[in-house]
Amino acid sequence: MERAHPKTPVLTARSANLVGCGHCGEAWPMGTTRCGRCGARVASRDPASLQRVWAWWVAGIIAYIPALTEPMLVTRTLLGSEQSTIVGGAIELFVYGSPGIALIILIASVGIPVAKFGCIAYLAWTVSKGTQASPGSRNALYEVVEYIGRWSMIDVFVVAILASLVQFNAVATVTPGPASLAFALSVVFTMLAAQSFDSRLIWDGLDPAEPGR
Amino acid sequence: MTDITPSSDFEGLPLGQGRLIVCPQCDALYKVGAVDKGETAACPRCHTVLAAPRRKAGMLIICLALATLILIFAAVFHPFLTLEAQGLRSSASLLDIALGFSHAGLRALIFLMLALVLAIPAVRASVLLYVLTPLVFDRPPNAYAAPAFRFAQSLKPWAMAEVFALGCAVALVKITELAQVGFGQAFWMFTALVGLVVIQDRFLCSWSVWNALTPRHRS
Repeated sequence: MERAHPKTPVLTARSANLVGCGHCGEAWPMGTTRCGRCGARVASRDPASLQRVWAWWVAGIIAYIPALTEPMLVTRTLLGSEQSTIVGGAIELFVYGSPGIALIILIASVGIPVAKFGCIAYLAWTVSKGTQASPGSRNALYEVVEYIGRWSMIDVFVVAILASLVQFNAVATVTPGPASLAFALSVVFTMLAAQSFDSRLIWDGLDPAEPGR
Repeated sequence: MTDITPSSDFEGLPLGQGRLIVCPQCDALYKVGAVDKGETAACPRCHTVLAAPRRKAGMLIICLALATLILIFAAVFHPFLTLEAQGLRSSASLLDIALGFSHAGLRALIFLMLALVLAIPAVRASVLLYVLTPLVFDRPPNAYAAPAFRFAQSLKPWAMAEVFALGCAVALVKITELAQVGFGQAFWMFTALVGLVVIQDRFLCSWSVWNALTPRHRS
């Protein structure tokens, strides 16, 4: 992969002995701990950033396990009740003739969450261990992960909507299973993991004037 | 014209007055002159938008925030989706949808969902109103406007009204084979809300707001 060096060398706030506010973009002298304009806590690089990322990441994975193994929807009809997990439901759909929808469900509820865990781990890992991959592409990856995060909540919302709509007391009812809560928590933890990541770490080590790592 | 340049001669520039801007994404330092209304200044290194002031943005955002509040309030009580199957009919308002979880004993989800879909978007709109209204009418900023605006911006990823609207569409596709499904008034309100949120995000330039909140002494 090519290195995406800007045409003109970029001076970073750190090498200028300044610290930038991550909220409002104002510059302050190095060593400032609170932004004088917006009041946010500022740090040139957040030393605890990666620890928080890994902590939320682990929490997200722990929450994601019951999201897969527990039932997402419990359907009660006159014929009895039926519990279906995310994967189980998708396989059923695949077998009974809607492979397209089954595939979409698998991608949205399994593929994307797993990819998010993978991407966050990759970003945190490469920042501490170094990599050949260009900062530009890693930054793009980070932005995609951050953007997609909240959209994963759609699964939980769909379950909630189905559950509240399909309430024909005797004939058929749908209730959300425990996996819906686990899934929601997993999404929240993954979002927090992505937000904890200090993206400035991706760009460090480009500028020879800076103290390398 | 966008006058945001990588700078090495920042010495002597006063700090804390918006004369320098640090890219929050990649820490690159830029000297800020003027950015014309309608222009967009992005960091040349990581392409993060640094400043995108828009003409009449303040007034527009105030109107959108007011509309958002009204829509959220109305959407709570009106039916969202209606379902008809074999002569049976059910309709659900947002409140019903959230309370649906109480059957399963998953009360935590009720709170989470009400917060993400209703409370957080409503709080964010109110805080934006509080911060921006004096600025638009050329009054001095309200007390605690700076932390309030920071709070509003940090709520942004957690305001999930538009995610919920898409969820409705997905749920509809899923059950459309089983039953006749129709959209209630609240669904259309929410669709409008999504539009408002998208426009608001396009017009809200936090760089401009911070500048307006900062007393700027031109030398």
